[in-house]
Amino acid sequence: MNTNSVAASVVVVGAGLGGLRAAEALRGAGFEGAITVVGDESAMPYNRPPLSKEALSAGVHVAELEFRRKASVDDVDWRLGSPALASDFAARTVTLADGTQLSFDGLVIASGIRPRRLPIAGPEAGRHVLRTAHDAVNVRSYLAPGRSAVIMGAGFIGCEVAATARGLGAEVHIVAIDEQPMVRPLGAELGMGMRSRHEHHGVNFHLGRTVQEFLGGDHVTSVLLDDGTELPASVVIEAVGSVCNVEWLEGNGLDLSDGVLVDQGMVVAAEVPVVAVGDIARHPNALFGNIPRRIEHWNIPTETGRRAGASLASLLRGEQPDQAPFAAMPSFWSDQYHHKIQSFGMPGIATSIQIVDGSANDACIVEYSNDTGLVGVVGVDRTSELAPYRKQLLDR
Amino acid sequence: MVTITVDMDKCQSYGQCCFEAADVFALNDDGQLEYVAEADESRRADIEGAADVCPMQAITVE
Ligand SMILES: Cc1cc2nc3c(=O)[nH]c(=O)nc-3n(C[C@H](O)[C@H](O)[C@H](O)COP(=O)(O)OP(=O)(O)OC[C@H]3O[C@@H](n4cnc5c(N)ncnc54)[C@H](O)[C@@H]3O)c2cc1C
Ligand code: SF4
Repeated sequence: MNTNSVAASVVVVGAGLGGLRAAEALRGAGFEGAITVVGDESAMPYNRPPLSKEALSAGVHVAELEFRRKASVDDVDWRLGSPALASDFAARTVTLADGTQLSFDGLVIASGIRPRRLPIAGPEAGRHVLRTAHDAVNVRSYLAPGRSAVIMGAGFIGCEVAATARGLGAEVHIVAIDEQPMVRPLGAELGMGMRSRHEHHGVNFHLGRTVQEFLGGDHVTSVLLDDGTELPASVVIEAVGSVCNVEWLEGNGLDLSDGVLVDQGMVVAAEVPVVAVGDIARHPNALFGNIPRRIEHWNIPTETGRRAGASLASLLRGEQPDQAPFAAMPSFWSDQYHHKIQSFGMPGIATSIQIVDGSANDACIVEYSNDTGLVGVVGVDRTSELAPYRKQLLDR
Repeated sequence: MVTITVDMDKCQSYGQCCFEAADVFALNDDGQLEYVAEADESRRADIEGAADVCPMQAITVE
């Protein structure tokens, strides 16, 4: 590391929320060297959750979705519109698709995830995913009365798109292998409750089913299910999980089987040094047994970005990063119709679920536990009453 | 002095801000956000933290 001549430089790969927060945290921790943020998308970091909710409904304007940036990152060099293709930790370089090679003293991995695509026969046109503003513009163009949207996957994104699409007047079908929508994070009873809310708004569920084939000429016109049902489709929205954007990290000896493994300081490799943040970072959490997990929740890029920026600034000064456990509370919210869902903790790891207030078909508070005690809480239309449960989770 | 503005048209009462700076942001008994519009400079880091974690990006700090 070169500490006595020019100040060290940092390259951040991924210009999303995690990349932005890591850059801000580097500055917050006193790092004064050059910061370059490389982004595949051409937009400055913007907020994704509205892409399945209010922006999908009212219109997608990226400028309105952009995050406010702290003044401390005004001097960051944003290299947008060209992805990183490769990296070499030994040589400390990142190579972009446009041929540029960037040298770094410290690296931040913030490249996030992309939607998984299933290999299904049939026309490509009319099949869409929803991750970027560009995707949302495409999907939105189909959502209107007289059109039919087939959504693959009954997770949060699939269900939010379904709610928005109904609001815009489209016919909506959800096809999913699961027995209930959002069953993994919410459990069967609340999943069923959410399903009746959707059915009340006219969504058609095809649960326990898979898509066999897309039918149509140049463009998808219908979807054939494994039980022979044929659903009309002006558009197909594939929301069946994600793949980590790790390809550019190959060849550095990392375990890339499920994102990038980090320690409690978000450090991937202290000797380079490299840190990782956000959806891609498989991180330990002391509140939940320190088992490294990736958590695709909006608050995680901010929490991990704060920690990663501080760790990297320390390492670049030749100091040991803070070794304190990482213990941020995972939190998630979702809007579907006028219903507000809020979750704290990790309901997905529960073995027992109990509705402690209200009922699954109405406003309710649900506790999620396993042999270690309470691990999560979810409120539906009771979001402002969850603070005591969150406190209980923090005191675990 | 730190000046705080919350766009109440955007605010959805998620209460995330309250966990970052409980002396500045609080949900009242009806679940509506109440906040103080000015705070001491020493509170800036936590208040900026609250603006960072607001899902609706409704908080402006000056
Ligand atoms: C439609 C939608 C709705 C959501 N709704 C909610 C919600 O209601 N509540 C909630 O808690 N969470 C929600 N989320 C999840 C939340 O938005 C994510 O957890 C968050 O965006 C993750 O931030 P990140 O910085 O890790 O990744 P991203 O925001 O994905 O940023 C990564 C960036 O890196 C870029 N990139 C990838 N590969 C490369 C490369 N090789 N070189 C350069 N750049 C690269 C990508 O293009 C992207 O811009 C939603 C997500 C989506 C897509
Ligand atoms: S975090 Fe944002 S949306 Fe939630 S109560 Fe605070 S200002 Fe309102």
